Amino acid sequence: MCSGGPSAYVWGVLALADLRRQKKGRKLVQVFVTGAGNAWLPGFINGTIYQGQLKRLCLPGLNCYSCPGALGACPLGSLQSSLADPHLRISFYVLGFIFLLGGLLGRFVCGWLCPFGLFQELLHKIPVRKWKPERIPGLHRRLLWIKQAVLVVFVVLLPVFGMLVSGYGQPAFCTYICPSGTFMAGIPLMAANASYRELAGWLFAWKALILLAVIVTSLKIMRPFCRYLCPLGALYGYFNRISLYRIRVDSDSCNNCGACTRQCPMAVQVPEDGNTAECIRCGECAAVCPTGAIHCGFPRRRSSVQEDRPIA
Amino acid sequence: MDQKQSKNNEKTWRLIVLLAALTMLAAGFWRDETLFVLRRAISICLGCIGIG
Repeated sequence: MCSGGPSAYVWGVLALADLRRQKKGRKLVQVFVTGAGNAWLPGFINGTIYQGQLKRLCLPGLNCYSCPGALGACPLGSLQSSLADPHLRISFYVLGFIFLLGGLLGRFVCGWLCPFGLFQELLHKIPVRKWKPERIPGLHRRLLWIKQAVLVVFVVLLPVFGMLVSGYGQPAFCTYICPSGTFMAGIPLMAANASYRELAGWLFAWKALILLAVIVTSLKIMRPFCRYLCPLGALYGYFNRISLYRIRVDSDSCNNCGACTRQCPMAVQVPEDGNTAECIRCGECAAVCPTGAIHCGFPRRRSSVQEDRPIA
Repeated sequence: MDQKQSKNNEKTWRLIVLLAALTMLAAGFWRDETLFVLRRAISICLGCIGIG
């Protein structure tokens, strides 16, 4: 299981990601990745977590390693723990993992491989009146900076300063913010294990409030946590401009109808700048393009499709 | 011309990032950092539950 598990995971993703039917393929991949990454079912019944060797490996998305079913480790939790550890200080393994996924896929991870992204997308399907913050461009642009601040303060500075001041820091993002941890780990563990319920205090109330806020805003706004709060998305976003998996727009075929930009769940201006840090490579733009001018994927050999269109 | 140069820059940076990633992964495996990740991941993160 230890050697076969990760390769089965990768092959499952590749087999389901039929890029010709990107919309259906993406949902299948999201469900497969969420299920395969959290497949240790006894944990949900007993209120314990998986403790086998597979947990040496990081999962690509925001998948709490304290989730009762989690078979792998959360890259962001591991990064914070390494920064907070006085003996290790920096984990080349975790950084290398994030760099490798970033260089190959960019924020494809957010669009296809993150369980918490899937959770928000499903919530957004509930039919209530929707709201697009990008209708107020100034507000939208300012809100985009929040996840950068969360990355710097909660993922890097607080764990490092905690370690320098008291000798051992703590993963501040996991402790004070991460709604994925509350949803995937806190609630299932408390539901199955009475001793955790007795220990819950103001911190759990605070984190439950954050989760509730994410749930409510997800009903109105597409992926609010991914857009404005997620530090892992911010990290992968740095690689979007150079990643191998990318958006390409054929400027000769594009008729500037704007359908792609209207469809984009992350409010990206696709023809002008498809590979901005906000693009999650979901492929919705390519699916709605009436002229087939948008290609979302790995480079084709000797293709007529051009790189990103220059800004008009 | 500018577009071609920016495309070359992207390729160069991509190569640098991927080489850095492989180097860091190799260093991480050499230092057995996966054991550190395992130790963290197999103890319940009390912060994630909200009692840490």
